[in-house]
Amino acid sequence: MTGETPLISARKLGAVFDVSKPWLNRLLAAEEKKFLTAVDTVDFEIPKGKTFALVGESGSGKSTIGRMIVGLQKPTTGEVLIDGEDLFSIKDQKHLLSVRRRIQMIFQSPYASLNPRWRVKHIIGEPIRAFELMPASEIGKRVEELLDQVGLAKSDGEKFPHEFSGGQRQRIAIARALASNPEFIVCDEPTSALDVSVQSQVLNLMKTLQRELGLTYLFISHDLSVIRYMADQIGVLYLGRLVEVADRDTLFDNPHHPYTRMLMDAAPHIDAFGRTAEIVSGEIPDPINKPSGCSFHPRCALAEDRCQQERPAVRELGAEKAHVACHLSV
Amino acid sequence: MDTQTTKGASARPEFTEAVATTFWQRWMQSDIWHSYKRSPVIIVSSLTFILLVLGAVLSPLISPYTPFDPASLNLMNGFSKPFAANEFTGDYFLLGTDDQGRDVLSTILFGLRVSLFVGVVAVLFAMTLGVILGLLAGYVGGWLDGVIMRIADIQMTFPSIMVAMLLYGIGKGLIPPDLRDEMAIWVLILSIGLSEWVQFARTVRGATMVERQKEYVQAGHLIGLTRWSIMLRHILPNVTSPILVIATISLALAIIAEATLSFLGVGAPKTEPSLGTLINVGRQYILSGEWWILLFPSLTLLALALSVNLFGDWLRDILNPKLR
Repeated sequence: MTGETPLISARKLGAVFDVSKPWLNRLLAAEEKKFLTAVDTVDFEIPKGKTFALVGESGSGKSTIGRMIVGLQKPTTGEVLIDGEDLFSIKDQKHLLSVRRRIQMIFQSPYASLNPRWRVKHIIGEPIRAFELMPASEIGKRVEELLDQVGLAKSDGEKFPHEFSGGQRQRIAIARALASNPEFIVCDEPTSALDVSVQSQVLNLMKTLQRELGLTYLFISHDLSVIRYMADQIGVLYLGRLVEVADRDTLFDNPHHPYTRMLMDAAPHIDAFGRTAEIVSGEIPDPINKPSGCSFHPRCALAEDRCQQERPAVRELGAEKAHVACHLSV
Repeated sequence: MDTQTTKGASARPEFTEAVATTFWQRWMQSDIWHSYKRSPVIIVSSLTFILLVLGAVLSPLISPYTPFDPASLNLMNGFSKPFAANEFTGDYFLLGTDDQGRDVLSTILFGLRVSLFVGVVAVLFAMTLGVILGLLAGYVGGWLDGVIMRIADIQMTFPSIMVAMLLYGIGKGLIPPDLRDEMAIWVLILSIGLSEWVQFARTVRGATMVERQKEYVQAGHLIGLTRWSIMLRHILPNVTSPILVIATISLALAIIAEATLSFLGVGAPKTEPSLGTLINVGRQYILSGEWWILLFPSLTLLALALSVNLFGDWLRDILNPKLR
């Protein structure tokens, strides 16, 4: 979308889960196999040094995309290219490790993402040992540097995760993610488990680190204010499909897709006192039996007959070239 | 960001003052020690257990006689009454002697040694087997989980004594007769161990399935750790506390299983008797009035099994915050 070659590109990415009951139960109840399409032909690119944000409701497939990009889950269809290479097609173990080193992830829960039985210095040093980045004698010094970089004391390395607050733990998780000198970090709702006051500290830290280290982020969140603060480009997901991809300012100032507009209206605004907020109507539909045509049509105020039958293709709209999948947006 | 770090640093020193530094100080402040001090039952049972273990370990040094050296035995000492000197020879036997003139106290000390050795080694064997299979079943899942857990289910449908007797029978058939007495202990260990691994495997599997979902395991996948590395270095340390509890309770069960098998005559041989063998020997004299040959080994077995069991129960309560 920009001229330069992207660091990460997702090509027709899809994830289908088999959610059928066991074979015998299915046979007895005469049921068909059931499949859940969590992610459906998603395309996007992330240029080096930028932040791409994915936003959507629960169950829209945000986290699944994150997991596929870092290689925790194999895409059912499509591929993820990291600097032009597909992680799942690399056979050479050494080369695979060298590509893995470049991507890292920060998880949602700062409580479950750190092994409670390990000292912090071992948690942070583990990627360095796993990728054999430096001799064992130098790891301690590097861990202290990393602790310092994320705003923790050097002596904190001797402690166990339960001795820290949620925000401090997320700093430890960030330090671990930085340990292998990655270029790209997937942040899967990194602040949604934190207090609002701590959220901003963690977000500021992440921004500072991005500037200093030239990191590229994929930022996953359902919080529009967090996204607005962090992202350069935003993709709006609905039931596993990208309905709108646009630059941050374009998306917030001039949202095209009716779903994007609905999300914007639902978010609390500082100047909205005394006004009745428009509530997002309806629930996200069952992803096993998706609506026909445009999957948003049951909730869309503008929906026509066409929306029920024909799945909208992605079109470029406006001067800013927002990518929108809607028949009606202009 | 800065405010947070300075705040954290200024709040912490007063906290660290209260935190003990040495292992011993930390132990003295721990909940476990606190609960131990307040529970007389546990103090008595743990002291009993330590006493019995010391007696077993030091038996060659502290036992007053050498009951399994035929040269030292004197038939004139047979059926000596406890707490009295023998009327013919004048030798003193605290707990009396059996028909052959063996000192009951000494045979108990040596018997304890055999019972505890079989129990501990059998539990270690069951634990190793159960933990490895449980980790594999819980972590790898799929067909491997199915196979391991079906074997465990089948194992559970047989009483463990029956499994042990079956294995014991097979073992006896395969081992040449002149080695039988030497190998009897190891067949016993194998058979008790094989009948106890299911508990470990089930518990570890359940705990592993919970841990596997956690994000720190995924963080391990991200940096390309092998399955074994994740299982042994990440998951295993987080499933150890239930293992410890089951090991203690299994130890009591293993000691009783060993005594049962030996009592039935399919366990420890008479040349190297365990407590169960001694009880079996004593059983023959109960009606002719020589009660001490049966009573003292039985009391020892009771004390051993009970103290281990009570300790295991306490450990389970203390390690499970929900039961406190």
